[in-house]
Amino acid sequence: MRRALGALLRRDLALALRSGGGAALGVAFYLIFVTLAPLGIGPDPAALARVAPGLVWLGALLAALLTLERMFQPDVEDGTLDHLALAPAPLEATAFVKAFAHWLTTGAPFLLVAPLAGLLLRLPAEAAPTLILSMLAGGPALSFIGSIGAALTAGLKRGGLLTSLLVLPLYVPTLIFGALAVEAAVLGTNPWPMLAIGAAISLGSMALAPVAAAAALRLNLS
Amino acid sequence: MRVSGLILPWAFLLATALFAVGLYWALWVAPPDFKQGDGARIIFIHVPAAALSIGVYAVMVVASVTALIWRHPVSDLTAKSCAPVGAAFTLIALITGSIWGKPMWGAWWVWDARLTAELILLFFYLGYMALWNAIDDQTTAARAAAILCCVGSVSALLSKYSVNFWNTLHQPASLSVDKAEHVHNAFYLPLLVMMGAFYAYFMAFLLLGVRKEIRARRIRNLRGALAREAGA
Repeated sequence: MRRALGALLRRDLALALRSGGGAALGVAFYLIFVTLAPLGIGPDPAALARVAPGLVWLGALLAALLTLERMFQPDVEDGTLDHLALAPAPLEATAFVKAFAHWLTTGAPFLLVAPLAGLLLRLPAEAAPTLILSMLAGGPALSFIGSIGAALTAGLKRGGLLTSLLVLPLYVPTLIFGALAVEAAVLGTNPWPMLAIGAAISLGSMALAPVAAAAALRLNLS
Repeated sequence: MRVSGLILPWAFLLATALFAVGLYWALWVAPPDFKQGDGARIIFIHVPAAALSIGVYAVMVVASVTALIWRHPVSDLTAKSCAPVGAAFTLIALITGSIWGKPMWGAWWVWDARLTAELILLFFYLGYMALWNAIDDQTTAARAAAILCCVGSVSALLSKYSVNFWNTLHQPASLSVDKAEHVHNAFYLPLLVMMGAFYAYFMAFLLLGVRKEIRARRIRNLRGALAREAGA
């Protein structure tokens, strides 16, 4: 079972890295989002620094959302999901591995890109370590909570918008505490409580979301 | 079907009667508030709608869990029929709240914990209904929606307790069974009547919705049978 799951993880990573539309696109989207923000708000450094903690997180959230659609849909379309369901590993574990692969390919690159985005948005340099930590703590929640929405809409032809409607309300706490942690670092207060809550949301969603996602995936089995 | 058919007109009658009594009591008999004047009267609509917006979600969760565990088709239809009523109550709570907020807080909208939670609850109802509509196969749609409803119960719980978690602008609950905590009787009693009215209204529309869904399903089955017969 461990070998089956390891093979699945390698397969998903390879697919994301080698086919277009994987990790690189999420990062590119994120950087464009960060580039557009000052054009909309205006280049005033003080105004940008004021909204930067929220924007760096909002961009990550949108990038995660845009890549969610491909988490399960290709597997439902070409029948891979039926084979995965027959594999020795339970579908819950499969859902966990696929959500984890999604985080590795879209969430983990943000650990490197987010400080750069912060720099562009005039986020004070002292806040950069906290920004990376907050992405590490809260980022997995985006992939795991998102896996529920991706699984629910996996069988639909145009599920993208619906996925957003289903998942965005669930992203609210992650966004709030992620941005609050960065803001605390900017203001010089203690960011650890926010980071801890962000990590708690991630761990909770890691434990619970695969169960819901697997239940939703079973609906697509023929 | 027969029992619900018997209850339905009475539920409508009860809702109408309670609304008539409650609205008259709330808008004419109850004294104006010491500070807010007549503006406070909007709580007689706002509070029941807000309470029911979460209460309806609770009914939906129970129906969805029942549907997932025992696969009873009527509980699917119950959950489905709850959603539009719940969304309407949520919208009423938001609109009345913002009408009240403009003169009292000086703003139509503030990003307060409870307001935000209520708005997110509205999006949840909309997403739930959208999911039902997006999936063609009714059995699959029902199960997917039930899973979503259970996942979303976390968000509804947050909405209910947000006032206790984060002490922001919105005041804590104004109703409770505990005598010492709630507002004065002159407001409390008409508020109770209005709560009853909203509950009766919910029940009437829930029954109506489920009956409609059951009939729609029967029609679909009959059509399927006819088509098979014609084909054979």
